[in-house]
Amino acid sequence: MTTFDLNFAADHFTLFGLPRAQSLDLESLEHSFRAIQAQVHPDKHAHAADSDRRLAMQWATRVNEAFQTLKSPGKRARYLLHLLGHDPQIESNTAMPVEFLVSQMELREAVMEARAASDEAALDAVRSRLLNEIRVEYERLAELIDMTKDFIAAANLVRQLMFQEKLLTEIDDALEAVTA
Amino acid sequence: MALLQIAEPGESAAPHEHRLAVGIDLGTTNSLVATVRSGMSVVLNDVQGRPMLPSVVSYAADGSVDVGYGAEAKQSIDPKNTIISVKRFMGRGRRDIAHIETLPYDFVDTEGMVKLKTIAGNKTPVEISAEILKTLRNRAEASLGGELTGAVITVPAYFDDAQRQATKDAARIAGLNVLRLLNEPTAAAIAYGLDNSAEGIYAVFDLGGGTFDISILRLSKGVFEVMATGGDSALGGDDFDHRIFCWIIEQAKLAPLSPQDARLLQMRAREAKEQLSQHGQAPITVKLGSGEYVDLMLTTEIFTDITRTLVQKTLVPTKKALRDAGLTVVDVRGIVMVGGSTRMPQIQHAVAELFKQEPLNNLDPEKVVALGAAIQANLLAGNRAAGDDWLLLDVIPLSLGLETMGGLVEKVVPRNSTIPIARAQEFTTFKDGQTAMAIQVVQGERELVSDCRSLARFELRGIPPMVAGAARIRVTFQVDADGLLSVTAREQTSGHEARVEVKPSYGLSDDEIATMLKDSFSHASDDAFRRALKEAQVEAQRLIEATQSALHEDASLLSTLERAHIDGGVAKLQAVIMGDDRRAIDEAMRDLSAATNEFAARRMNQSVKRALAGRKIDQLSL
Repeated sequence: MTTFDLNFAADHFTLFGLPRAQSLDLESLEHSFRAIQAQVHPDKHAHAADSDRRLAMQWATRVNEAFQTLKSPGKRARYLLHLLGHDPQIESNTAMPVEFLVSQMELREAVMEARAASDEAALDAVRSRLLNEIRVEYERLAELIDMTKDFIAAANLVRQLMFQEKLLTEIDDALEAVTA
Repeated sequence: MALLQIAEPGESAAPHEHRLAVGIDLGTTNSLVATVRSGMSVVLNDVQGRPMLPSVVSYAADGSVDVGYGAEAKQSIDPKNTIISVKRFMGRGRRDIAHIETLPYDFVDTEGMVKLKTIAGNKTPVEISAEILKTLRNRAEASLGGELTGAVITVPAYFDDAQRQATKDAARIAGLNVLRLLNEPTAAAIAYGLDNSAEGIYAVFDLGGGTFDISILRLSKGVFEVMATGGDSALGGDDFDHRIFCWIIEQAKLAPLSPQDARLLQMRAREAKEQLSQHGQAPITVKLGSGEYVDLMLTTEIFTDITRTLVQKTLVPTKKALRDAGLTVVDVRGIVMVGGSTRMPQIQHAVAELFKQEPLNNLDPEKVVALGAAIQANLLAGNRAAGDDWLLLDVIPLSLGLETMGGLVEKVVPRNSTIPIARAQEFTTFKDGQTAMAIQVVQGERELVSDCRSLARFELRGIPPMVAGAARIRVTFQVDADGLLSVTAREQTSGHEARVEVKPSYGLSDDEIATMLKDSFSHASDDAFRRALKEAQVEAQRLIEATQSALHEDASLLSTLERAHIDGGVAKLQAVIMGDDRRAIDEAMRDLSAATNEFAARRMNQSVKRALAGRKIDQLSL
C-alpha cells in the first residue's frame, strides 16, 4: 500500500479536513473542495503524461463525489450515519409514522390535481411548502445526530426526508410537464 | 553563472516555448478560430480579413472540397452536394432529424449515424465537419506560423455522448489534438467573467444556428462553476428561418419547390430574419426558377406571431435549469446573451420578461464562444501567465442510465452532476446458471428505455454459473472532463471484467475513423506516415519534459532504485526519439509511463496534502 492509496481511501470528512458532524460549515467545505480541485482537476494536468492525466481524473472524480455527498444534507446524513455504524437501511426499512404518511398522501394528491389542471402556481405553492418542511427537518436532524446523538431517531427522519425529496422531484417533473 | 534571458518586446520571457493552441467554435451556421496572443484572446481572420467561416462544405466531381464562403455561393446552384448546418446531423440517425423531407440531400439508407450521398462519395457528418475543422486548422497554422499543439473545441452544453464523440472524432480526422471539449456557454462565461471580473450567479443564454443552451453558473474568484444546464440540441436560428420559409410558401401559394428554389427561399428567409433585428419590416422578393414571383412584406409582428412556440421552447429549459440549480430568477445577477440568434428582438424581450431584467449584450454574441475557448486552450496547453489560474467545474447535461427489466431506465448518473464523475451500480442474474448479461446504456430523462437515446449495448460473458441472484455484477460509469462516458462491468465473485469503451450506437468505429484518416491524409500534401511519426515524437518529447520537470521538483519522493528505473526509461526514450521507428518510440513511451505511474501517484498525493495545508493556514490567519 502506498501513502497515496491510504489518502484516496480516506472518508469524505477527513479528505476535506472537516469534523464528522451533520451541521457543517458549507464555506469551509467549498474552500477545501476548491483547494483540492485546483490541484487535481484534469485541466491542471491537460499537458501531462497519460498516467498523470488518468490519475487526475480519478482524483477529481473522488473529490467531486465526496463534495456532492457532503454538500447535500440528506446525502451527508446517510453517509454520516453509515460511518457511525447506524445505517438508515433505506431499502429494507420502510416503516413510517401514520400521520406522516397521511400528510404526504395529501401533498401528493395536491400535486396530481395541480398537474391535471396545469396549474403552475399551485405546483409552485406546494413546492415551497414542501421545501420549507424539509428545511426545518434538516435542522432537527442535525440536532439529533450532533447534539442528542439519537441515531435511531435520526435514521427514521432520514428515511422520511428521502420520501419528501422524492416527492419534490415529482413536483419538478410536474412543473416541467405543465410549463412545456 | 547563467546568462540572463532578455525577450523581444511582446514575446514571452518564459523559458518554455510558447505552445500554439487555439479555441474553435464549430458552429451550425458559422465557425471561428481564436488564439491568445500577447495575453489577449483574438479571433484569427482569413486572408481577406473575415473572422467567420460559414459552416458550409461543397463537394465537386473531381474530389475537390470547397469550405466557407466559396461553398456558400454554391448552395442554391448545387444544393445536393453543398452541405449546410451539418452540425444538426452529428451523432444523429435519420429519425432524429427535423424536417428531413424538406432537405435537398440524398441520405444513404443506413443504420446509425446518417450518411449523405454526394458527388464525391458517401460522407458522414463527422467527415464533413472535419473539412471545416481542417480549414480552420490551416488558417490558424498559417496565421501563427507553426504547427498547433492542441485545440479546445466547443460543443453545445446539451450535446449528448454521441454528439460529443462525433465532434471529437471529426477533430481527430482533421489532425487536431483535442485538449478538451468545452461547453459553449461555459466558454462564453470564461470570456465574459474574466473580462468583467464578474462575481455571482450568471445565466448564459446561448441560441445559435441550430442549438439552444442555457447554463446557470456561479462565478467566484478563480472558479467557474456550472450549477445546472439545459437546452435543446435541435433548436436554433434555422428553425426561425424555417417558419418564415413556410410562411412564404403559404402566403405566396407556391407549388412544390425544386431543391434549388427551396434553398433560394431558405436564404431569403434568413436574410429577412436578419433584417428584422434592425428594422421593423423586411421585404421578400424572389424570382423562382419555376417562373413564379414572390413579393411579400414580413413585419416584426408577423414574425413574432409565427415563432411564438419556438421562443416558448427556449423558456421551458431555462426555467428547468433554474429549478435544477435550486434558484429563482431573483438570484441571477446577469444574463449573458450568446449566439447570433439572440439578436432577434422577440428573444431579447422574452428573456428580459422572464428574468425581470435587461440581458447583457455588451460582447459580440458570435465571437465570445471562440474567444473563451482560446483562453481555456492557452491555459490547458501550459502557457500559464501569472494570475491565469482559474478552475472550471462543468456538469453532464443529461442523465445516464441502464436498462432494467421491462424496458425501464435505472438512472445511474443524474443530470447536472459535476464532471468528472463515476458511479457504480450492482446487478444480479435472474436465471440459474446464467453466464452472460446484456447491458444497455442510455442517456436521457425519460423513464422508458425507448424514449431515451441508446448509447451502447454490450455483453458481459463468462459469469460463473450460479443460482439466480448469487452473481454480483458491478457496472461502473466514468464520465471524463470532456463529458464522455466509458463503462466497465465486473463480476465481483470471480473478478471477471469487461471494459467497454462506449462507442455510441450512432458513432463511428475505430476502423471507420482509421480509414477516414487515411483518406484524409492521401488527399493532403503531407504523408500519413511522416505525420504519425512526428506526432509520436512530439508526444515523446512532451513525456520526457514532463518527467524531467517532475524529477526536478519532487525527486525526494523516490528511492535510489526507483529513480534509476525512471532515469533508465528516459534514456531509452531519448535514444529512439529522433529515429524513424514509430513503434520503438511508442514502446519506450509505454515503458516510461509505466515506470512513472507510482511516482505520479505520490506527487498527486503530495499536492493534495499541500492544498489542505494551505487551507489551514488560511483559516489560522483569519
